[in-house]
Amino acid sequence: MKLVMAIIKPFKLDEVRQALTELGLQGMTVTEVKGYGRQKGHTEIYRGAEYAVNFLPKIKIEVVVPTKQVDKAVDAIVSAAKTGQIGDGKIFVVPVEQTVRIRTGETNESAL
Amino acid sequence: MVTLAKYLFAGVVMLAFLVLCYIDPALAQEAAEPVAEAAEEAAPTLNTGDTAWMLTSTAIVLLMTIPGLALFYGGMVRKKNVLSVVMQCFAICCVITIAWFAMGYSLAFTDGGGMNSYIGGLSKAFLKGVGIDTLTLTIPESVFFTFQATFAIITPALIVGAFVDRMKFSALLLFMVLWSLVVYAPITHWVWGGGFLANAGVLDFAGGTVVHINAGIAGLVCAIYLGRRSGYGTENMAPHNLVYSVIGASLLWVGWFGFNAGSAVAANGAAGMAMAVTQIATAAAALGWMFTEWLIHKKPSILGIISGAVAGLVAITPAAGFVEPMGALWIGIAAGIICFFASTTVKKALGYDDSLDVFGIHGVGGIVGAILTGVFAAEAIAGKTGLLEGNAGQVLTQIWGITATIVWCAVATFVILIIVNILVGVRVSQAAEVEGLDINLHGEVVQ
Repeated sequence: MKLVMAIIKPFKLDEVRQALTELGLQGMTVTEVKGYGRQKGHTEIYRGAEYAVNFLPKIKIEVVVPTKQVDKAVDAIVSAAKTGQIGDGKIFVVPVEQTVRIRTGETNESAL
Repeated sequence: MVTLAKYLFAGVVMLAFLVLCYIDPALAQEAAEPVAEAAEEAAPTLNTGDTAWMLTSTAIVLLMTIPGLALFYGGMVRKKNVLSVVMQCFAICCVITIAWFAMGYSLAFTDGGGMNSYIGGLSKAFLKGVGIDTLTLTIPESVFFTFQATFAIITPALIVGAFVDRMKFSALLLFMVLWSLVVYAPITHWVWGGGFLANAGVLDFAGGTVVHINAGIAGLVCAIYLGRRSGYGTENMAPHNLVYSVIGASLLWVGWFGFNAGSAVAANGAAGMAMAVTQIATAAAALGWMFTEWLIHKKPSILGIISGAVAGLVAITPAAGFVEPMGALWIGIAAGIICFFASTTVKKALGYDDSLDVFGIHGVGGIVGAILTGVFAAEAIAGKTGLLEGNAGQVLTQIWGITATIVWCAVATFVILIIVNILVGVRVSQAAEVEGLDINLHGEVVQ
């Protein structure tokens, strides 16, 4: 099992959710986050006072998938979240040791 | 507890003084006589149309402060301080109503005897002698009192914008009551109550001098006395919700029809023209600010256009009963552009933290409006002529009115701040300021 963690543009969330659902994945966790990469931030001006906003709003998606489906999941996120503009985000894949479904006690891939 | 005790003590002393004045029959009678004589001479009768309009105006001018100004200012501060700002506006509404009832109205609008050039008397303290048949012009005095109360409320509430995020609530209450009685009531008397500025011929239809220059200068003095917000210039102090500010500014615009057209104290052509010139000047100033900002900062902002609208409302206030629509257009354009520079370039260059631009918009807009009233006053509207109709002296008269207001307001505001600082301290602790006033002063937060 792998944890696929993707940071994407907020307005791309629904397309990504749809792409992952089409692969047969049954759940995900979504968090509103802020951060910056090479895009850096932007400048806001209020009555002449300039504020550099370093952290831009993004969406973080976390989904745990069976190892054999990782590549497909990553491809699906990339194709759904891509605009070609700077600031499209990043995907991180990390190993997962154990999964437990709380209601039934099922473990690992049968718990996904 | 010690500071609270001090504050309560000050309040009790003030109340005791008021009651003494109220029950002193000699004092009351002495000042009441000239007013009674004047009433007999004019023999006014009640006009139901005028009364209906003034009842309406009073209600919508109250709407300017709560929730109008509260939202306008509330949206512009950081989220941790939004409740403190709306609380300040609401509490000022309550405390000034009582101060105005107790003493302010009488000081502003009764005969002050030998001191009448500078201050009224106490003959109508606690509305003594005002019954259901008492008239002011053609409306019940009860309505005139309440209408004027809404002006007395919004003026100190405007000052809040200068010191948001850092003033103690106890200090605010004490400051506002003292300021209302020592600064607002006398200056109102000077201009509208038969004082020396009225006699000098100063034109101020709805409060450019009394309300806006007054609040603007007091705001500047407060901003300088309290000092900058902690983190000013380094931390992000962007407005937390400009939609609130837009709702607030829109309520101010609507309420301003009661403010300006209501200042005719009649439902007539003067009120109608005041409404029209208010609309024109406001729109022109909003566009003036927006296009200037677009040129200089490359983007037209919603905060810019609403700031310009308020600047236009301020600038047309003294002129509303004296100028023609073309005059209003020029007053609006001038206010929008000049207030933009006052609130951005000038403020930055001088380094004071007038946080929400009370001086930049109300002070400067009020001065622009007061001077231009002397330029554009048209005989066809109210029989008063300005510079363009050959009466250059009116501009000098206007400048005299502005100067007198600025001097008294600045000096008295400064002294009141010192007194309040000694009694309760004006500024919250650094820790409270960093964490936010909402949780520290009021025990509430917006999530």
